[in-house]
Amino acid sequence: MPQVEFNGETFSIDEDGFIDDYSNWSEGWVQYVKKVEGIEELNDEHHLVIAMLREYYEKNGIAPMVRVLSKVTKFKLKHIYELFPSGPGKGACKMAGLPKPTGCV
Amino acid sequence: MKDLPKPDGLVSMMDHMPPKDKGWMDTPVKIRKGMYCYASNPKSVKYLGLPYPREWSPMDDDWKLPENWKEIISEGFRERLERFRSFKIFMDVCVRCGACADKCHFFIGTGDPKNMPVLRAELLRSVYRNDFTTAGKVLGKFAGAREMTLDVLKEWWYYFFQCTECRRCSVFCPYGIDTAEITIMGRELLNLIGLNIDWIATPVANCYRTGNHLGIQPHAFKDMMDFFVDEIEDITGIRLAPSINKKGADILFITPSGDVFADPGTYTCMGYMMLFHYLKEKFGIDITWSTYASEGGNFGFFTSHETMKRLNAKMYAEAKRLGVKWILGGECGHMWRVIHQYMDTLNGPANFLEEPVSPITGTKFENAKSTKVVHIAEFTSDLIQHDKLDLDISRNDHLKVTFHDSCNPARGMGLLDEPRHVIRNVCEHFYEMPPNTIREQTFCCGSGAGLNAGEDMELRMAGGFPRANAVKYVHEKYGVNMMACICAIDRAAFPDLMSYWVPEVDITGIHELVANALILPGEKERSTDLRSEPLPGMEDEADE
Repeated sequence: MPQVEFNGETFSIDEDGFIDDYSNWSEGWVQYVKKVEGIEELNDEHHLVIAMLREYYEKNGIAPMVRVLSKVTKFKLKHIYELFPSGPGKGACKMAGLPKPTGCV
Repeated sequence: MKDLPKPDGLVSMMDHMPPKDKGWMDTPVKIRKGMYCYASNPKSVKYLGLPYPREWSPMDDDWKLPENWKEIISEGFRERLERFRSFKIFMDVCVRCGACADKCHFFIGTGDPKNMPVLRAELLRSVYRNDFTTAGKVLGKFAGAREMTLDVLKEWWYYFFQCTECRRCSVFCPYGIDTAEITIMGRELLNLIGLNIDWIATPVANCYRTGNHLGIQPHAFKDMMDFFVDEIEDITGIRLAPSINKKGADILFITPSGDVFADPGTYTCMGYMMLFHYLKEKFGIDITWSTYASEGGNFGFFTSHETMKRLNAKMYAEAKRLGVKWILGGECGHMWRVIHQYMDTLNGPANFLEEPVSPITGTKFENAKSTKVVHIAEFTSDLIQHDKLDLDISRNDHLKVTFHDSCNPARGMGLLDEPRHVIRNVCEHFYEMPPNTIREQTFCCGSGAGLNAGEDMELRMAGGFPRANAVKYVHEKYGVNMMACICAIDRAAFPDLMSYWVPEVDITGIHELVANALILPGEKERSTDLRSEPLPGMEDEADE
């Protein structure tokens, strides 16, 4: 598994740049993903999405469906793409340290 | 995604002229980015207890194979020739007439000669002739034989994961060679030495752990259904109380977990829930969901026969535990090939279940007599035929619908007319795609059999091109704006394919259309469809 160093921290990542394990997530990881995703500034809305994803994942062991994310944060899908250009999965879930969903998705 | 060529660029890459240089045996495989899926995560392989979990990459020269990999493959080959008579016949009978060659969506979309089904099979046959036939042993290359080498192995891996096991080519084979079975065997041999792709291995591990590919645990499954209950209440004013894990229910319902989790399948899921509520209110029939048998699909089928069997066992086990009469299956694709062609002897006989009869119409589902699993399209079609559903089809008037025959229900079980019967009775505007692209001759979505990952997008867009081309035709001719399908991989894969080739067309399952039209007892006047989009003529109300 490739490793990346960022501001003195080391992370193991998969081919799509997701963190190897949820428990290795840190604030440093958020800053790292912000950089690779080309997000200029993290605002309260970004933090709300990240917090919701992490809370849901800790309770359910899986990312929420996009419609739930949308309903809880009150952000339309289009707005989530404005916040995270790679989208709710490859952008927001990645930043929140969740694994990527696989299967019929 | 960012490396994906634009549609025009992809079309200009489709060259079907035979290569001028060396013969196919002397042309080594060139593994190209965008055309393959990532190697399986060793954690998932290990979890399943499958052999040789390790980190490896298709782009590396060294695939970290076990030292005796050639022996393992050869011995595995021999065993399978003995166990599966069909496999032995398919290795022997092909006369290389070429009828299959241009029927494959991957050959049409890529022009790569090794995507001709005949040549994909020759990848295996050449080694078969070398190791197991006298002619091959004596005459070698003259008899079409070649030795197993690392290059051959890499070629197997690349091309057996460029086939979606859709079986369109089989329809045209004068010998009826089931070319999907060639791929199935090829992948099974590769799995003996730990060469799977992660888009298959990780869902399989999830499914083994939680009962479904996505890894949804029971409380999360319930949470998702609660979300749909709220949504349905907003739209109809009716609060549903779906049965979950209910002992003594009449029927157990099993559908792909993609329907519960991923759009646009989630709207189809709401459709099932609304239909079951209607049947309970009107006829007192109790259909239960299960958080244990929480997956219809079976990516084990894309790994090995044994893995398929392990994952599939939960269906009958749960039916027995709950004491239902029979099982109703949802809009899934490959689930139906597993059920229709393997399950009876794989996990059965399920003699503790009844031969399925609709408790509402009395119709006996003869084709499900031994498996005890009825397809929901057939079930609903029968309800409509007997006039048991109250429908307001004007609520689908904003849709001009076409139907994609999902490969496995169409070619794997012959389910061709029932979905159409349902659609025609819940939608005013229905248009067929050209005849050589539907029914038995349906073109694959290009992403089935575990290939619907993100990293092989070029392969998927090229393989889905023939289907997309037919959709474009009905879009331009009739203004089609919605394609219905009965498979969760379709519903996951088509939105990408459409936004690439025909962005004006959206994707739905048929039970979303049914539920749009279905009038629930006591419901309020609806102003939106299931997607919360305003109904025709209700644009003002929905805005308020």
